[in-house]
Amino acid sequence: MAYETILVEKRDQITRITMNRPAALNSLNDKMGEEFSTALKEAEKDEDTRCLIITGAGRAFSAGEDVSGLKERYGGESHPSLGDHLRKKYHPIILRIRHMEKPVIARINGIAAGSGASIALACDIRIASEEAGLKQAFIGVGLVPDSGSSYFLTKALGPGRALELIMTGRTVGAREAETMGLVNQVAPAAELDKVVDNVAAKLANGPTKALGLSKRVVNHVSRLDLHEALEYEAQNQDIAGKTQDHLEAVRAFLEKRQPKFSGN
Amino acid sequence: MPFSQILVETEPPIGIIRLNRPKVLNALNFELLRELVEALEAFDRDDRIRATVLTGNDDAFSAGADIKELSEATPVDLIQRNQFALWDKLKKTAKPIVGAISGHALGGGCELAMNCDIIIASETARFGQPEISIGIMPGAGGTQRLTRTIGKFRAMEMILTGQPITAREAEKHGLVNRIVPVEAYFEEAKKLAMQIAQKAPVATRLAKEAVLKAFDTPLEEGLQFERRNFYLLFSTQDMKEGMKAFTEKRPPQFKGR
Repeated sequence: MAYETILVEKRDQITRITMNRPAALNSLNDKMGEEFSTALKEAEKDEDTRCLIITGAGRAFSAGEDVSGLKERYGGESHPSLGDHLRKKYHPIILRIRHMEKPVIARINGIAAGSGASIALACDIRIASEEAGLKQAFIGVGLVPDSGSSYFLTKALGPGRALELIMTGRTVGAREAETMGLVNQVAPAAELDKVVDNVAAKLANGPTKALGLSKRVVNHVSRLDLHEALEYEAQNQDIAGKTQDHLEAVRAFLEKRQPKFSGN
Repeated sequence: MPFSQILVETEPPIGIIRLNRPKVLNALNFELLRELVEALEAFDRDDRIRATVLTGNDDAFSAGADIKELSEATPVDLIQRNQFALWDKLKKTAKPIVGAISGHALGGGCELAMNCDIIIASETARFGQPEISIGIMPGAGGTQRLTRTIGKFRAMEMILTGQPITAREAEKHGLVNRIVPVEAYFEEAKKLAMQIAQKAPVATRLAKEAVLKAFDTPLEEGLQFERRNFYLLFSTQDMKEGMKAFTEKRPPQFKGR
């Protein structure tokens, strides 16, 4: 499928979606929103995709919502419903990244601002270039965090530090983000691909079903008390215990060799 | 008698009925309902079966009535076909039915789910009464059972907007007993049916009857009904066995007598 605003490449069971409007710092216009959504859906359905990388072309990861259409949007009498815009454009993207049962890596090559930061935060693992940064740009235009930013930041940092970033709108550099736990790993720009590809290859050769179930459990347990969380783990362990990959791992262990996971 | 719209299996002491029109999301046509009633009545007569699991598939329990079959119907057709007589029989099933519900449970599918005695839902289940969107309303108990289960205001919203609710909402509002991952809902339902099947069959039957009576009667009358069923159980061999096993600290051997 040909896209205008994104690139989708696949090799070795790794699909890479690149936001590709470098001149506009990969800000998301409505077309990119639609194409991104479609590409995510395809990658989720594709059984041959066992790991997904999300990144940006050029020097930015994504500057977030495209503001070039502001004049038209605010030209008339009535204000547009921002809530409906989010529900239609961003919520499907964020929910799909969170719920697809395969690992999703954000390759943060440069600035991730506003809803661009939300997309990075929605991913399972974040690997950033030293030159990258995360910015809660919303307050600068008199708005609140959206597309999940408030949720992900509060879970990751607690309300105090989340609000500092949200209220000041300052850019958190990659190293600071790593210290805070907002990104998992930082690499020099020149080595970013090597680091990301290593992690992706490892995940793409992993027990995909168990990786997906792990994500399901982690998504869900924060809503539960300990008793419920234990039960939820047990239910999902029952499922994982029936996968071919689990049986393969047991066999490999007994035969003292490395397991070879098929993803089933 | 072979069935064409449902699959029936027995794994004594439980019976399993699967709605089996996957191409049309298990839409309920007349024939399917007729077979369902026949299968449930057969299980009621079969001493080896003590509980039933009723299920569809992962994508759909049932998306509701067969619209094709309904769209041309006149009131006279509906009266003559007397489809609701089948629903009345469904309600009279004596042995417990555990619903294993995943995917769509809409319209008649939601009403059929509410005919179960216990509902185990998958995380992907959706419950709704969308009839209003095609210019009709629930006709197989939806307005009554949903209201009595989740309350007037929530039922009214579902029935007047046609908007379905997720499994999580259904659980929160007491429409399902619990939700489990989609890979596990059927096994979970079977496990529960198996647990029920270990109990004394006559007691199970009379207890189910008494619980359902609560929907039809004022409290005083319901209590009288309960008491009569309670007394009745003291004439069973299983009651003696149950109490004896309890004092002897061993598992009871129930015979359904």
